[in-house]
Amino acid sequence: MYDLIVVGGGPAGLAAACSAWEKGLKQILIIERDKELGGILNQCIHNGFGLHRFKEELTGPEYAGRFIDMLRDTGVQVMLDTMVLEINRDHQVHVISAANGYQVLEARSIVLAMGCRERTRGAIGIPGDRPAGVFTAGSAQRYLNMEGYMVGKRVVILGSGDIGLIMARRLTLEGAQVLACVELMPYSGGLMRNIVQCLEDWGIPLYLSHTITDIVAKDGRVSHVTVHKLDDNRQPIPGTNLEFDCDTVLLSVGLIPENELTRAAGIEMDPRTNGAVVYENMETSIPGIFACGNVVHVHDLVDYVSAESERAGAAAAAYVSGTAPEGGTIDIRNGADVSYTVPQRLRPGNVPKAADIFFRVRRVFKDSVIEVSADGAPLVTYKREHMAPGEMEHILLPRKLLDTVDASEITVTAKEA
Amino acid sequence: MVRELVCIVCPKGCRLHVDEDNNYSVTGNSCPRGAEYGHHEIKNPTRVLTSTVRLDGGLYRRCPVKTDRAVPKGKLMDIMAALNDVSLQSPVAAGQVVLANVCDTGANVIVTKSL
Ligand SMILES: Cc1cc2nc3c(=O)[nH]c(=O)nc-3n(C[C@H](O)[C@H](O)[C@H](O)COP(=O)(O)OP(=O)(O)OC[C@H]3O[C@@H](n4cnc5c(N)ncnc54)[C@H](O)[C@@H]3O)c2cc1C
Ligand code: SF4
Repeated sequence: MYDLIVVGGGPAGLAAACSAWEKGLKQILIIERDKELGGILNQCIHNGFGLHRFKEELTGPEYAGRFIDMLRDTGVQVMLDTMVLEINRDHQVHVISAANGYQVLEARSIVLAMGCRERTRGAIGIPGDRPAGVFTAGSAQRYLNMEGYMVGKRVVILGSGDIGLIMARRLTLEGAQVLACVELMPYSGGLMRNIVQCLEDWGIPLYLSHTITDIVAKDGRVSHVTVHKLDDNRQPIPGTNLEFDCDTVLLSVGLIPENELTRAAGIEMDPRTNGAVVYENMETSIPGIFACGNVVHVHDLVDYVSAESERAGAAAAAYVSGTAPEGGTIDIRNGADVSYTVPQRLRPGNVPKAADIFFRVRRVFKDSVIEVSADGAPLVTYKREHMAPGEMEHILLPRKLLDTVDASEITVTAKEA
Repeated sequence: MVRELVCIVCPKGCRLHVDEDNNYSVTGNSCPRGAEYGHHEIKNPTRVLTSTVRLDGGLYRRCPVKTDRAVPKGKLMDIMAALNDVSLQSPVAAGQVVLANVCDTGANVIVTKSL
Protein backbone atom coordinates (compact mmCIF):
# COMPACT_ATOMS: atom_id res chain seq x y z
CA MET A 1 0.00 0.00 0.00
CA TYR A 2 1.40 3.37 -1.05
CA ASP A 3 0.74 6.57 0.90
CA LEU A 4 0.45 8.43 -2.37
CA ILE A 5 0.36 7.53 -6.07
CA VAL A 6 0.95 10.39 -8.49
CA VAL A 7 -0.35 9.83 -12.03
CA GLY A 8 1.92 11.68 -14.47
CA GLY A 9 5.56 12.75 -14.10
CA GLY A 10 5.40 16.25 -15.62
CA PRO A 11 6.07 19.40 -13.61
CA ALA A 12 2.75 18.98 -11.76
CA GLY A 13 3.44 15.40 -10.68
CA LEU A 14 7.04 16.19 -9.73
CA ALA A 15 6.10 19.16 -7.54
CA ALA A 16 3.24 17.26 -5.87
CA ALA A 17 5.48 14.29 -5.03
CA CYS A 18 8.29 16.49 -3.68
CA SER A 19 5.99 18.46 -1.44
CA ALA A 20 4.21 15.34 -0.13
CA TRP A 21 7.65 13.94 0.73
CA GLU A 22 8.59 17.13 2.54
CA LYS A 23 5.36 16.88 4.52
CA GLY A 24 6.37 13.45 5.74
CA LEU A 25 4.82 10.86 3.40
CA LYS A 26 7.27 8.01 2.82
CA GLN A 27 5.73 5.55 0.35
CA ILE A 28 5.26 7.73 -2.72
CA LEU A 29 5.12 6.46 -6.31
CA ILE A 30 5.07 8.49 -9.54
CA ILE A 31 3.72 6.63 -12.57
CA GLU A 32 4.70 8.04 -15.99
CA ARG A 33 3.87 6.55 -19.38
CA ASP A 34 6.82 8.19 -21.17
CA LYS A 35 10.46 7.08 -21.10
CA GLU A 36 11.49 9.90 -18.76
CA LEU A 37 10.19 12.41 -16.25
CA GLY A 38 9.53 16.06 -17.11
CA GLY A 39 6.36 15.83 -19.21
CA ILE A 40 5.81 18.32 -21.97
CA LEU A 41 8.73 20.47 -20.77
CA ASN A 42 11.16 18.05 -22.42
CA GLN A 43 10.12 19.32 -25.84
CA CYS A 44 9.85 23.01 -24.85
CA ILE A 45 13.53 23.77 -25.43
CA HIS A 46 12.98 27.54 -25.59
CA ASN A 47 13.58 29.77 -22.59
CA GLY A 48 11.22 31.82 -20.46
CA PHE A 49 10.33 29.29 -17.78
CA GLY A 50 10.84 29.88 -14.08
CA LEU A 51 10.94 33.69 -13.87
CA HIS A 52 8.55 33.60 -10.90
CA ARG A 53 9.84 30.45 -9.31
CA PHE A 54 13.60 30.70 -9.71
CA LYS A 55 13.96 34.41 -10.65
CA GLU A 56 15.81 33.44 -13.81
CA GLU A 57 14.88 32.43 -17.32
CA LEU A 58 15.28 28.71 -17.83
CA THR A 59 14.49 26.47 -20.78
CA GLY A 60 11.81 23.79 -20.36
CA PRO A 61 14.31 20.94 -19.84
CA GLU A 62 16.27 23.06 -17.34
CA TYR A 63 13.10 23.83 -15.36
CA ALA A 64 12.14 20.15 -15.29
CA GLY A 65 15.75 19.29 -14.41
CA ARG A 66 15.59 21.39 -11.24
CA PHE A 67 12.61 19.36 -10.00
CA ILE A 68 14.06 16.03 -11.12
CA ASP A 69 17.22 16.87 -9.13
CA MET A 70 15.09 17.71 -6.08
CA LEU A 71 13.26 14.42 -6.46
CA ARG A 72 16.56 12.54 -6.50
CA ASP A 73 17.22 13.68 -2.95
CA THR A 74 13.97 12.09 -1.76
CA GLY A 75 12.86 8.47 -1.48
CA VAL A 76 10.08 8.94 -4.03
CA GLN A 77 9.80 5.91 -6.33
CA VAL A 78 9.25 6.23 -10.07
CA MET A 79 7.70 3.82 -12.58
CA LEU A 80 8.46 4.84 -16.18
CA ASP A 81 7.03 3.37 -19.39
CA THR A 82 3.90 2.58 -17.42
CA MET A 83 0.41 3.67 -18.35
CA VAL A 84 -2.37 4.19 -15.81
CA LEU A 85 -5.55 2.68 -17.27
CA GLU A 86 -8.00 3.23 -14.48
CA ILE A 87 -8.40 4.66 -11.02
CA ASN A 88 -11.41 4.27 -8.76
CA ARG A 89 -12.96 5.72 -5.63
CA ASP A 90 -11.36 3.01 -3.48
CA HIS A 91 -7.98 4.47 -4.47
CA GLN A 92 -6.99 1.54 -6.63
CA VAL A 93 -4.74 2.29 -9.60
CA HIS A 94 -4.72 -0.08 -12.57
CA VAL A 95 -1.50 0.10 -14.59
CA ILE A 96 0.09 -1.66 -17.53
CA SER A 97 3.67 -1.83 -18.74
CA ALA A 98 5.78 -3.99 -21.00
CA ALA A 99 8.07 -4.85 -18.09
CA ASN A 100 5.48 -5.81 -15.46
CA GLY A 101 2.26 -6.46 -17.34
CA TYR A 102 -1.05 -5.57 -15.70
CA GLN A 103 -1.01 -4.60 -12.04
CA VAL A 104 -3.47 -3.15 -9.55
CA LEU A 105 -1.80 -0.86 -7.02
CA GLU A 106 -3.39 0.57 -3.89
CA ALA A 107 -2.85 3.95 -2.31
CA ARG A 108 -4.11 5.97 0.63
CA SER A 109 -4.23 9.04 -1.62
CA ILE A 110 -3.90 9.84 -5.33
CA VAL A 111 -2.77 12.95 -7.19
CA LEU A 112 -3.92 13.25 -10.82
CA ALA A 113 -1.33 15.12 -12.91
CA MET A 114 -1.92 13.90 -16.47
CA GLY A 115 -1.51 17.29 -18.14
CA CYS A 116 -3.30 18.10 -21.38
CA ARG A 117 -3.19 17.23 -25.01
CA GLU A 118 -3.63 19.36 -28.08
CA ARG A 119 -6.85 19.95 -29.89
CA THR A 120 -6.60 18.27 -33.26
CA ARG A 121 -7.79 19.24 -36.65
CA GLY A 122 -10.87 17.02 -36.37
CA ALA A 123 -11.98 18.98 -33.34
CA ILE A 124 -12.35 22.18 -35.33
CA GLY A 125 -13.14 20.87 -38.79
CA ILE A 126 -11.30 22.67 -41.57
CA PRO A 127 -12.73 22.10 -45.05
CA GLY A 128 -10.57 20.55 -47.74
CA ASP A 129 -8.41 17.50 -48.34
CA ARG A 130 -6.99 15.30 -45.60
CA PRO A 131 -3.37 14.97 -46.72
CA ALA A 132 -0.09 14.32 -44.90
CA GLY A 133 1.63 17.46 -43.68
CA VAL A 134 -0.94 18.62 -41.15
CA PHE A 135 0.45 18.49 -37.61
CA THR A 136 -0.47 19.89 -34.26
CA ALA A 137 2.20 22.40 -33.24
CA GLY A 138 3.14 20.28 -30.23
CA SER A 139 3.72 17.10 -32.25
CA ALA A 140 5.87 19.10 -34.66
CA GLN A 141 7.76 20.42 -31.63
CA ARG A 142 8.45 16.92 -30.40
CA TYR A 143 9.52 15.68 -33.85
CA LEU A 144 11.90 18.57 -34.30
CA ASN A 145 13.32 19.04 -30.82
CA MET A 146 13.56 15.46 -29.60
CA GLU A 147 13.28 12.97 -32.44
CA GLY A 148 15.22 15.07 -34.95
CA TYR A 149 12.80 15.25 -37.89
CA MET A 150 12.08 18.43 -39.84
CA VAL A 151 8.33 18.57 -40.50
CA GLY A 152 8.32 20.75 -43.63
CA LYS A 153 9.85 23.54 -45.69
CA ARG A 154 6.98 25.96 -46.33
CA VAL A 155 4.64 26.29 -43.41
CA VAL A 156 1.36 28.00 -42.55
CA ILE A 157 0.37 28.06 -38.88
CA LEU A 158 -3.28 28.11 -37.83
CA GLY A 159 -3.80 29.62 -34.40
CA SER A 160 -1.61 32.09 -32.59
CA GLY A 161 -1.32 30.31 -29.25
CA ASP A 162 2.13 30.28 -27.67
CA ILE A 163 3.08 26.85 -28.95
CA GLY A 164 2.34 27.92 -32.54
CA LEU A 165 4.33 31.13 -32.13
CA ILE A 166 7.28 29.31 -30.60
CA MET A 167 7.21 26.83 -33.49
CA ALA A 168 7.14 29.66 -36.06
CA ARG A 169 10.51 30.85 -34.77
CA ARG A 170 11.89 27.37 -34.29
CA LEU A 171 11.09 26.30 -37.86
CA THR A 172 12.48 29.57 -39.25
CA LEU A 173 15.74 29.04 -37.37
CA GLU A 174 15.95 25.54 -38.82
CA GLY A 175 15.63 26.89 -42.34
CA ALA A 176 11.92 26.55 -43.10
CA GLN A 177 9.87 29.42 -44.48
CA VAL A 178 6.91 30.26 -42.28
CA LEU A 179 4.54 32.06 -44.63
CA ALA A 180 1.85 33.16 -42.20
CA CYS A 181 0.29 32.74 -38.80
CA VAL A 182 -3.49 32.83 -39.09
CA GLU A 183 -5.75 33.60 -36.12
CA LEU A 184 -9.52 33.25 -35.96
CA MET A 185 -9.96 35.78 -33.16
CA PRO A 186 -9.35 39.53 -33.44
CA TYR A 187 -6.52 39.17 -30.90
CA SER A 188 -3.74 36.66 -30.40
CA GLY A 189 -3.98 34.03 -27.68
CA GLY A 190 -0.21 34.17 -27.23
CA LEU A 191 2.05 36.34 -25.09
CA MET A 192 3.12 39.72 -26.53
CA ARG A 193 6.69 38.68 -25.98
CA ASN A 194 6.23 35.69 -28.28
CA ILE A 195 4.53 37.79 -30.96
CA VAL A 196 7.52 40.13 -30.99
CA GLN A 197 10.30 37.57 -30.70
CA CYS A 198 8.79 34.72 -32.73
CA LEU A 199 6.90 36.54 -35.51
CA GLU A 200 8.04 40.17 -35.81
CA ASP A 201 11.73 39.33 -35.42
CA TRP A 202 11.46 37.15 -38.51
CA GLY A 203 8.98 39.16 -40.55
CA ILE A 204 6.26 36.51 -40.30
CA PRO A 205 2.83 38.10 -40.90
CA LEU A 206 0.05 37.56 -38.34
CA TYR A 207 -3.44 37.63 -39.86
CA LEU A 208 -6.01 38.30 -37.13
CA SER A 209 -9.71 37.52 -37.76
CA HIS A 210 -8.66 35.13 -40.53
CA THR A 211 -8.90 31.38 -40.93
CA ILE A 212 -7.91 28.60 -43.31
CA THR A 213 -10.88 27.88 -45.57
CA ASP A 214 -9.36 25.21 -47.79
CA ILE A 215 -6.49 22.74 -47.77
CA VAL A 216 -5.47 21.35 -51.16
CA ALA A 217 -3.41 18.18 -51.53
CA LYS A 218 -1.10 16.99 -54.27
CA ASP A 219 0.26 13.42 -54.22
CA GLY A 220 -1.09 12.97 -50.71
CA ARG A 221 0.75 15.95 -49.20
CA VAL A 222 -0.41 19.48 -48.45
CA SER A 223 0.34 21.69 -51.48
CA HIS A 224 -1.77 24.79 -51.00
CA VAL A 225 -4.02 26.53 -48.49
CA THR A 226 -6.57 29.29 -48.85
CA VAL A 227 -7.11 31.82 -46.07
CA HIS A 228 -10.06 34.20 -45.73
CA LYS A 229 -10.78 37.21 -43.60
CA LEU A 230 -13.79 36.74 -41.29
CA ASP A 231 -16.68 39.07 -40.59
CA ASP A 232 -18.03 39.83 -37.12
CA ASN A 233 -19.96 36.57 -37.14
CA ARG A 234 -16.79 34.69 -38.00
CA GLN A 235 -18.01 33.97 -41.54
CA PRO A 236 -15.47 34.13 -44.42
CA ILE A 237 -15.78 37.37 -46.43
CA PRO A 238 -15.86 36.55 -50.18
CA GLY A 239 -13.03 38.04 -52.17
CA THR A 240 -10.63 38.40 -49.22
CA ASN A 241 -8.80 35.19 -50.00
CA LEU A 242 -5.05 34.85 -49.55
CA GLU A 243 -3.38 31.90 -51.31
CA PHE A 244 -0.31 30.10 -49.99
CA ASP A 245 1.72 27.34 -51.65
CA CYS A 246 2.97 25.31 -48.72
CA ASP A 247 3.76 21.73 -47.74
CA THR A 248 2.87 21.91 -44.07
CA VAL A 249 0.08 23.22 -41.85
CA LEU A 250 0.60 23.45 -38.09
CA LEU A 251 -2.37 23.69 -35.77
CA SER A 252 -2.04 25.64 -32.56
CA VAL A 253 -5.69 25.70 -31.64
CA GLY A 254 -5.71 25.03 -27.94
CA LEU A 255 -5.20 22.38 -25.31
CA ILE A 256 -7.66 20.03 -23.63
CA PRO A 257 -7.05 18.57 -20.18
CA GLU A 258 -6.58 14.82 -20.43
CA ASN A 259 -9.32 13.56 -18.12
CA GLU A 260 -10.45 10.12 -19.31
CA LEU A 261 -9.27 8.60 -16.01
CA THR A 262 -10.97 11.31 -13.98
CA ARG A 263 -14.34 10.94 -15.73
CA ALA A 264 -14.27 7.15 -15.57
CA ALA A 265 -13.66 7.32 -11.82
CA GLY A 266 -16.89 9.30 -11.45
CA ILE A 267 -15.16 12.48 -10.28
CA GLU A 268 -17.30 15.61 -10.73
CA MET A 269 -16.15 17.60 -13.77
CA ASP A 270 -16.41 21.30 -14.63
CA PRO A 271 -17.56 21.75 -18.24
CA ARG A 272 -15.91 25.20 -18.36
CA THR A 273 -12.39 23.96 -17.60
CA ASN A 274 -12.79 20.40 -18.88
CA GLY A 275 -11.09 19.48 -15.62
CA ALA A 276 -12.22 18.21 -12.25
CA VAL A 277 -14.09 20.47 -9.85
CA VAL A 278 -11.61 21.10 -7.02
CA TYR A 279 -11.59 22.54 -3.52
CA GLU A 280 -9.09 25.06 -2.13
CA ASN A 281 -6.54 22.28 -1.54
CA MET A 282 -6.97 20.76 -5.04
CA GLU A 283 -9.07 17.89 -3.70
CA THR A 284 -11.65 16.51 -6.14
CA SER A 285 -15.18 15.35 -5.32
CA ILE A 286 -13.73 11.99 -4.20
CA PRO A 287 -11.99 12.38 -0.83
CA GLY A 288 -8.28 11.61 -0.99
CA ILE A 289 -8.05 12.11 -4.77
CA PHE A 290 -6.42 15.40 -5.77
CA ALA A 291 -5.68 16.98 -9.14
CA CYS A 292 -3.18 19.64 -10.21
CA GLY A 293 -1.51 21.23 -13.22
CA ASN A 294 -2.85 21.25 -16.74
CA VAL A 295 -5.22 18.36 -16.05
CA VAL A 296 -7.29 20.77 -13.92
CA HIS A 297 -7.12 23.82 -16.20
CA VAL A 298 -4.74 25.01 -18.91
CA HIS A 299 -1.98 27.13 -17.37
CA ASP A 300 0.20 29.52 -19.35
CA LEU A 301 3.03 29.57 -16.84
CA VAL A 302 4.60 26.43 -15.51
CA ASP A 303 5.58 28.38 -12.38
CA TYR A 304 1.91 28.43 -11.35
CA VAL A 305 1.63 24.71 -12.13
CA SER A 306 4.41 24.01 -9.64
CA ALA A 307 2.87 26.19 -6.91
CA GLU A 308 -0.58 24.67 -7.31
CA SER A 309 0.85 21.14 -7.35
CA GLU A 310 2.80 21.69 -4.16
CA ARG A 311 -0.51 22.54 -2.52
CA ALA A 312 -2.01 19.30 -3.85
CA GLY A 313 0.94 17.25 -2.56
CA ALA A 314 0.77 18.87 0.87
CA ALA A 315 -2.99 18.29 0.99
CA ALA A 316 -2.53 14.60 0.13
CA ALA A 317 -0.08 14.35 3.04
CA ALA A 318 -2.59 16.01 5.37
CA TYR A 319 -5.31 13.63 4.18
CA VAL A 320 -3.16 10.56 4.82
CA SER A 321 -2.25 11.80 8.30
CA GLY A 322 -5.97 12.02 9.04
CA THR A 323 -6.50 15.79 9.13
CA ALA A 324 -10.02 16.19 7.80
CA PRO A 325 -11.26 19.58 6.59
CA GLU A 326 -14.05 20.95 8.77
CA GLY A 327 -16.77 23.52 8.41
CA GLY A 328 -18.99 24.55 5.53
CA THR A 329 -18.39 25.00 1.83
CA ILE A 330 -18.64 28.13 -0.30
CA ASP A 331 -19.21 27.76 -4.07
CA ILE A 332 -17.40 30.26 -6.28
CA ARG A 333 -19.60 31.52 -9.14
CA ASN A 334 -18.44 33.22 -12.32
CA GLY A 335 -19.81 36.72 -12.66
CA ALA A 336 -19.76 38.83 -15.81
CA ASP A 337 -16.77 38.28 -18.10
CA VAL A 338 -15.17 35.59 -15.95
CA SER A 339 -15.07 32.28 -17.82
CA TYR A 340 -14.10 29.98 -14.95
CA THR A 341 -12.42 29.84 -11.57
CA VAL A 342 -10.12 27.25 -9.99
CA PRO A 343 -10.83 26.22 -7.29
CA GLN A 344 -14.57 26.11 -7.79
CA ARG A 345 -15.25 25.48 -4.09
CA LEU A 346 -13.78 26.68 -0.81
CA ARG A 347 -13.89 25.29 2.69
CA PRO A 348 -12.90 28.40 4.67
CA GLY A 349 -11.98 26.24 7.66
CA ASN A 350 -9.32 24.58 5.52
CA VAL A 351 -7.82 27.75 4.03
CA PRO A 352 -4.41 28.62 5.53
CA LYS A 353 -3.78 32.40 5.36
CA ALA A 354 -5.48 33.00 2.04
CA ALA A 355 -7.06 31.09 -0.83
CA ASP A 356 -5.43 31.46 -4.23
CA ILE A 357 -8.15 31.79 -6.89
CA PHE A 358 -7.18 31.44 -10.56
CA PHE A 359 -9.45 32.49 -13.41
CA ARG A 360 -9.65 33.79 -16.95
CA VAL A 361 -11.55 36.79 -18.30
CA ARG A 362 -13.56 36.67 -21.52
CA ARG A 363 -12.23 39.81 -23.20
CA VAL A 364 -9.45 42.38 -23.08
CA PHE A 365 -9.68 44.89 -20.20
CA LYS A 366 -7.81 48.14 -19.54
CA ASP A 367 -7.95 49.79 -16.10
CA SER A 368 -10.38 47.40 -14.52
CA VAL A 369 -11.34 45.77 -11.26
CA ILE A 370 -12.01 42.25 -10.14
CA GLU A 371 -14.86 42.20 -7.66
CA VAL A 372 -15.72 39.43 -5.24
CA SER A 373 -19.25 39.68 -3.90
CA ALA A 374 -21.68 37.73 -1.74
CA ASP A 375 -25.46 38.13 -2.00
CA GLY A 376 -24.90 41.02 -4.40
CA ALA A 377 -22.78 43.03 -1.93
CA PRO A 378 -19.08 43.58 -2.76
CA LEU A 379 -16.67 41.92 -0.32
CA VAL A 380 -13.40 43.06 -1.84
CA THR A 381 -12.03 44.45 -5.11
CA TYR A 382 -8.67 44.12 -6.83
CA LYS A 383 -7.33 46.65 -9.37
CA ARG A 384 -5.82 45.49 -12.67
CA GLU A 385 -4.25 47.71 -15.33
CA HIS A 386 -4.58 45.08 -17.98
CA MET A 387 -6.36 41.73 -18.38
CA ALA A 388 -6.72 39.46 -21.41
CA PRO A 389 -8.22 36.01 -22.06
CA GLY A 390 -4.76 34.67 -22.89
CA GLU A 391 -3.37 35.57 -19.49
CA MET A 392 -4.45 33.68 -16.40
CA GLU A 393 -5.39 35.99 -13.52
CA HIS A 394 -5.33 35.25 -9.84
CA ILE A 395 -6.41 36.83 -6.58
CA LEU A 396 -5.75 35.99 -2.96
CA LEU A 397 -8.84 35.80 -0.76
CA PRO A 398 -7.77 36.22 2.88
CA ARG A 399 -9.01 33.65 5.38
CA LYS A 400 -10.09 36.51 7.66
CA LEU A 401 -12.46 37.75 4.97
CA LEU A 402 -13.79 34.27 4.18
CA ASP A 403 -14.59 33.70 7.85
CA THR A 404 -17.01 36.64 7.71
CA VAL A 405 -18.94 35.24 4.72
CA ASP A 406 -22.37 33.91 5.65
CA ALA A 407 -23.52 33.07 2.13
CA SER A 408 -23.14 29.64 0.53
CA GLU A 409 -21.67 31.21 -2.60
CA ILE A 410 -19.52 34.11 -3.70
CA THR A 411 -19.20 35.61 -7.18
CA VAL A 412 -16.08 36.78 -9.04
CA THR A 413 -16.72 39.50 -11.62
CA ALA A 414 -14.46 41.49 -13.96
CA LYS A 415 -15.43 45.02 -14.98
CA GLU A 416 -14.12 48.39 -16.04
CA ALA A 417 -13.09 50.57 -13.10
CA MET B 1 14.00 58.69 -36.94
CA VAL B 2 11.46 57.82 -34.23
CA ARG B 3 10.75 54.10 -34.05
CA GLU B 4 7.60 52.70 -32.53
CA LEU B 5 7.40 49.45 -30.60
CA VAL B 6 5.33 47.69 -27.97
CA CYS B 7 6.97 47.09 -24.60
CA ILE B 8 7.00 43.38 -23.75
CA VAL B 9 8.41 43.60 -20.23
CA CYS B 10 4.98 43.37 -18.59
CA PRO B 11 1.46 42.60 -19.87
CA LYS B 12 0.41 46.26 -19.96
CA GLY B 13 2.08 46.59 -23.36
CA CYS B 14 2.85 50.34 -23.47
CA ARG B 15 3.51 51.80 -26.93
CA LEU B 16 7.04 53.14 -26.85
CA HIS B 17 8.57 55.77 -29.13
CA VAL B 18 12.32 55.57 -29.44
CA ASP B 19 14.16 58.54 -30.98
CA GLU B 20 17.20 57.19 -32.81
CA ASP B 21 18.62 60.68 -33.38
CA ASN B 22 18.34 61.65 -29.74
CA ASN B 23 20.47 58.99 -28.02
CA TYR B 24 17.65 56.44 -28.36
CA SER B 25 15.55 58.27 -25.79
CA VAL B 26 12.25 56.62 -24.96
CA THR B 27 8.77 58.11 -24.49
CA GLY B 28 5.41 56.41 -23.95
CA ASN B 29 6.69 54.13 -21.20
CA SER B 30 4.86 53.95 -17.88
CA CYS B 31 7.86 52.80 -15.90
CA PRO B 32 11.68 52.79 -16.04
CA ARG B 33 11.85 49.16 -17.14
CA GLY B 34 10.07 50.11 -20.34
CA ALA B 35 12.60 52.88 -21.04
CA GLU B 36 15.46 50.45 -20.65
CA TYR B 37 13.79 47.86 -22.88
CA GLY B 38 13.02 50.38 -25.64
CA HIS B 39 16.51 51.85 -25.59
CA HIS B 40 18.20 48.47 -25.77
CA GLU B 41 15.76 46.93 -28.23
CA ILE B 42 16.34 49.61 -30.87
CA LYS B 43 20.02 50.34 -30.22
CA ASN B 44 21.29 46.78 -29.87
CA PRO B 45 18.62 44.06 -29.87
CA THR B 46 19.80 40.79 -28.37
CA ARG B 47 18.23 37.35 -27.83
CA VAL B 48 19.08 34.12 -26.07
CA LEU B 49 19.22 31.44 -28.77
CA THR B 50 17.84 27.98 -28.02
CA SER B 51 18.17 25.08 -30.43
CA THR B 52 19.28 21.45 -30.58
CA VAL B 53 22.39 19.60 -31.73
CA ARG B 54 22.97 16.06 -32.88
CA LEU B 55 23.32 13.45 -30.13
CA ASP B 56 24.55 9.89 -30.61
CA GLY B 57 23.91 7.06 -28.17
CA GLY B 58 21.31 8.95 -26.10
CA LEU B 59 17.63 8.50 -25.33
CA TYR B 60 16.84 10.91 -28.20
CA ARG B 61 18.65 11.98 -31.35
CA ARG B 62 18.69 15.67 -30.45
CA CYS B 63 20.15 17.40 -27.44
CA PRO B 64 18.76 20.82 -26.44
CA VAL B 65 21.25 23.70 -26.11
CA LYS B 66 21.21 27.47 -25.53
CA THR B 67 23.55 30.44 -25.54
CA ASP B 68 24.46 31.22 -21.94
CA ARG B 69 23.73 34.92 -22.52
CA ALA B 70 21.84 37.06 -25.01
CA VAL B 71 23.59 37.51 -28.36
CA PRO B 72 23.04 40.16 -31.06
CA LYS B 73 19.94 39.40 -33.09
CA GLY B 74 21.91 39.61 -36.33
CA LYS B 75 24.15 36.70 -35.27
CA LEU B 76 21.39 34.15 -34.67
CA MET B 77 21.57 32.54 -38.12
CA ASP B 78 25.39 32.37 -37.99
CA ILE B 79 25.17 30.52 -34.69
CA MET B 80 22.55 28.16 -36.11
CA ALA B 81 24.98 27.35 -38.94
CA ALA B 82 27.78 26.70 -36.44
CA LEU B 83 25.51 24.32 -34.50
CA ASN B 84 24.99 22.20 -37.61
CA ASP B 85 28.56 20.95 -37.29
CA VAL B 86 28.25 19.94 -33.65
CA SER B 87 27.78 16.28 -32.81
CA LEU B 88 27.72 15.03 -29.22
CA GLN B 89 28.12 11.59 -27.72
CA SER B 90 25.91 10.58 -24.78
CA PRO B 91 26.24 11.06 -21.83
CA VAL B 92 26.14 14.85 -21.72
CA ALA B 93 25.41 16.94 -18.65
CA ALA B 94 23.32 20.10 -18.41
CA GLY B 95 25.65 23.10 -18.33
CA GLN B 96 28.38 21.42 -20.39
CA VAL B 97 29.92 23.84 -22.95
CA VAL B 98 29.42 22.77 -26.55
CA LEU B 99 30.89 25.80 -28.34
CA ALA B 100 32.89 28.47 -26.49
CA ASN B 101 32.65 32.12 -27.58
CA VAL B 102 30.39 31.13 -30.45
CA CYS B 103 30.78 33.37 -33.54
CA ASP B 104 32.82 35.82 -31.41
CA THR B 105 29.77 36.85 -29.42
CA GLY B 106 31.37 36.17 -26.05
CA ALA B 107 28.58 33.67 -25.35
CA ASN B 108 29.04 29.94 -24.88
CA VAL B 109 26.59 27.39 -26.22
CA ILE B 110 25.70 25.02 -23.37
CA VAL B 111 23.72 21.80 -23.00
CA THR B 112 20.35 22.29 -21.24
CA LYS B 113 19.46 18.68 -20.48
CA SER B 114 21.45 15.73 -19.17
CA LEU B 115 20.99 12.92 -21.69
C1 LIG C 1 2.78 21.03 -26.73
C2 LIG C 1 2.80 21.91 -25.50
C3 LIG C 1 3.72 22.97 -25.42
C4 LIG C 1 3.74 23.81 -24.30
N1 LIG C 1 4.61 24.86 -24.27
C5 LIG C 1 4.65 25.64 -23.16
C6 LIG C 1 5.54 26.72 -23.06
O1 LIG C 1 6.25 27.00 -24.02
N2 LIG C 1 5.61 27.47 -21.91
C7 LIG C 1 4.81 27.18 -20.84
O2 LIG C 1 4.92 27.83 -19.78
N3 LIG C 1 3.93 26.17 -20.92
C8 LIG C 1 3.84 25.43 -22.05
N4 LIG C 1 2.92 24.43 -22.13
C9 LIG C 1 2.07 24.24 -20.98
C10 LIG C 1 2.74 23.19 -20.12
O3 LIG C 1 2.16 21.98 -20.49
C11 LIG C 1 2.55 23.39 -18.66
O4 LIG C 1 3.15 24.58 -18.24
C12 LIG C 1 3.13 22.23 -17.84
O5 LIG C 1 3.96 21.39 -18.58
C13 LIG C 1 2.00 21.45 -17.30
O6 LIG C 1 2.51 20.46 -16.46
P1 LIG C 1 1.72 19.15 -16.15
O7 LIG C 1 2.61 18.33 -15.29
O8 LIG C 1 0.37 19.52 -15.67
O9 LIG C 1 1.50 18.46 -17.57
P2 LIG C 1 2.51 17.71 -18.56
O10 LIG C 1 3.81 18.40 -18.64
O11 LIG C 1 1.74 17.51 -19.80
O12 LIG C 1 2.75 16.30 -17.86
C14 LIG C 1 1.76 15.29 -17.77
C15 LIG C 1 2.44 13.95 -17.71
O13 LIG C 1 1.51 12.94 -17.41
C16 LIG C 1 1.77 11.81 -18.18
N5 LIG C 1 0.53 11.02 -18.30
C17 LIG C 1 -0.67 11.43 -18.81
N6 LIG C 1 -1.58 10.45 -18.73
C18 LIG C 1 -0.96 9.39 -18.15
C19 LIG C 1 -1.39 8.07 -17.81
N7 LIG C 1 -2.63 7.66 -18.04
N8 LIG C 1 -0.49 7.23 -17.23
C20 LIG C 1 0.79 7.65 -16.99
N9 LIG C 1 1.24 8.89 -17.29
C21 LIG C 1 0.38 9.75 -17.87
C22 LIG C 1 2.25 12.37 -19.50
O14 LIG C 1 3.01 11.44 -20.23
C23 LIG C 1 3.08 13.58 -19.04
O15 LIG C 1 4.42 13.26 -18.84
C24 LIG C 1 2.86 23.58 -23.24
C25 LIG C 1 1.94 22.51 -23.33
C26 LIG C 1 1.90 21.70 -24.45
C27 LIG C 1 0.87 20.57 -24.52
S1 SF4 D 1 6.74 50.49 -19.87
FE1 SF4 D 1 6.62 49.54 -17.84
S2 SF4 D 1 4.41 49.43 -17.48
FE2 SF4 D 1 4.62 49.80 -19.68
S3 SF4 D 1 4.63 47.72 -20.57
FE3 SF4 D 1 6.76 48.27 -20.21
S4 SF4 D 1 7.22 47.41 -18.21
FE4 SF4 D 1 4.99 47.46 -18.38
